[in-house]
Amino acid sequence: MVERRPVLTVLTHLLLLLGVMIVAFPVYLAWVASTHTAGTIAQSVPLPLLPGEHGLDNYALALLGGVGESGSRYPATLPMLGVSLASALIISLGKIAISLLSAFAIVYFRFPLRQMVFWLVFVTLMLPVEVRIGPTYQVVADLGLLNTYAGLTVPLIASATATFLFRQFFLTVPDELVEAARIDGAGPMRFFRDVLLPLSATPMAALFVIQFIYGWNQYLWPLLVTTDESMYPIVLGIKRLIAGEVYTDWNIVMAVTLLAMLPPAAVVIGMQKWFVKGLVDTEK
Amino acid sequence: MDKRVQFRSTWLPWVLIAPQMAVIGVFFFWPAAQALFQSLTQQDAFGTSSEFVGWLNFERLWEDATYLASFKTTAVFSLLVAVLGLSVSLGLAVLANRVVHGAMFYKTLLIWPYAVAPVAAGVLWLFMFNSPMGVVSHALRAWGLPWDHLLNAEDAMALVVLAAVWKQISYNFLFFLAGLQSIPKSLIEAAAIDGAGPVRRFWTIVFPLLSPTTFFLLVINVVYAFFDTFAIIDAVTHGGPGKDTAILVYKVYYDGFKAMDLGGSAAQSVVLMAIVIALTVVQFRFIEKKVQY
Repeated sequence: MVERRPVLTVLTHLLLLLGVMIVAFPVYLAWVASTHTAGTIAQSVPLPLLPGEHGLDNYALALLGGVGESGSRYPATLPMLGVSLASALIISLGKIAISLLSAFAIVYFRFPLRQMVFWLVFVTLMLPVEVRIGPTYQVVADLGLLNTYAGLTVPLIASATATFLFRQFFLTVPDELVEAARIDGAGPMRFFRDVLLPLSATPMAALFVIQFIYGWNQYLWPLLVTTDESMYPIVLGIKRLIAGEVYTDWNIVMAVTLLAMLPPAAVVIGMQKWFVKGLVDTEK
Repeated sequence: MDKRVQFRSTWLPWVLIAPQMAVIGVFFFWPAAQALFQSLTQQDAFGTSSEFVGWLNFERLWEDATYLASFKTTAVFSLLVAVLGLSVSLGLAVLANRVVHGAMFYKTLLIWPYAVAPVAAGVLWLFMFNSPMGVVSHALRAWGLPWDHLLNAEDAMALVVLAAVWKQISYNFLFFLAGLQSIPKSLIEAAAIDGAGPVRRFWTIVFPLLSPTTFFLLVINVVYAFFDTFAIIDAVTHGGPGKDTAILVYKVYYDGFKAMDLGGSAAQSVVLMAIVIALTVVQFRFIEKKVQY
């Protein structure tokens, strides 16, 4: 701050608090709704703004499944959370693993067609899976990977964001380290494991957060490749609750929505430092 | 850019890039080539045979009034998302940058929407505007502003824009804050000594110096509105009322998987790819220029 203007400072805090509250309001409302009975929500116009007493019942029903007040059956979301967790981990860790290796090859080796390999990888930066869903779906179906973790995750790993980031990072690693390693008689893989990997801890952590959230929040792709309820990620669970029902038990919908938001939000807030640094550094 | 010191091996680099090449070969280049190929062919109703039809699918798209309408919808939608999202986030970032105590507190409270799945964002906003018990739609009615996103196209558009902007605020905020923090304090102080107030300083110094960040975010937000908002639209409006919120990606999905018009859907995919590539090229050109600053 350049000059002291107490009034302006107070105003700044007030506006920021207002902004934070507006941003948080939809979630607060969802939490309130998830603690009332469906009947209370359906009958009160507008909705109550203070929490009710049925939170535990609603979350138990959402997690374990069962019959709601309206008589409609709810699938258990606990297994869906498991599917989401597994696929988000496969996507984030898989992407980091294959990208580390290919970035290492592109930066530290000279081999024929190296430039072409780089461009082949680089092109994939531009095209999200959404623009090629039809043909990608056919490939996955032909390979018999529908309703499998491989089909759910591997096509989403096929993008070069991480490779590009690791390449940028490796280029900043001092050459002296390679020379020192060579003098000590270390081969390329030894150098990779003992020098490069420990140095890459920060970009790896940042990428993990970004890719975990990317994987957890996938919607269109799981919508196409999973038809078996046991392979639904939780994001699809939300969609199924509000799709086509004449009567919606909003308390359960909101409980499921909050359950779906909790793990990725915990990852972002818990790893905030690396995430912010990684995000701003990656995309620039 | 090259490393001065490199390792020598004829086989190791190929082993190292093999997993990545296999994955992008099978799940990226092969489908992308298929999309190009399919966009030039037409399949019969049972998918048993296909014939080469040249540019026919593209000509059909060009004559298809719903496709052109979808283009317009996408343009309006992404423009609204980008402009509204950038203004709100820039405002919040400027405020947070001003704060000496508690900046971290506000930052933490503003970054979590980044983690929210688009479909969850859609459901949360749908709930607030749902008739009759939605809190916000009820308040609007009490103010004499009837709300019905199921029948009124403008209400539906406003609702998906709000949900999309809300989810993207954190991302824009973080980049604006980083941009603001990289502006040299001495410039601001010099302007203050010359008697420029906070508003004047913002428009004549901060905003121009922030233009690389703003431009970068503009492109990112347009790409976000084009692709990542599919789940919001699918959850909140299903592209309705009518087709008034059916953006291009939604139409690709609908025509390809619901209407089973594979050729038409592939042609739409190709058009989308061209748009993204154009945006990326613009982005990179700009980043190259930015180095001169």
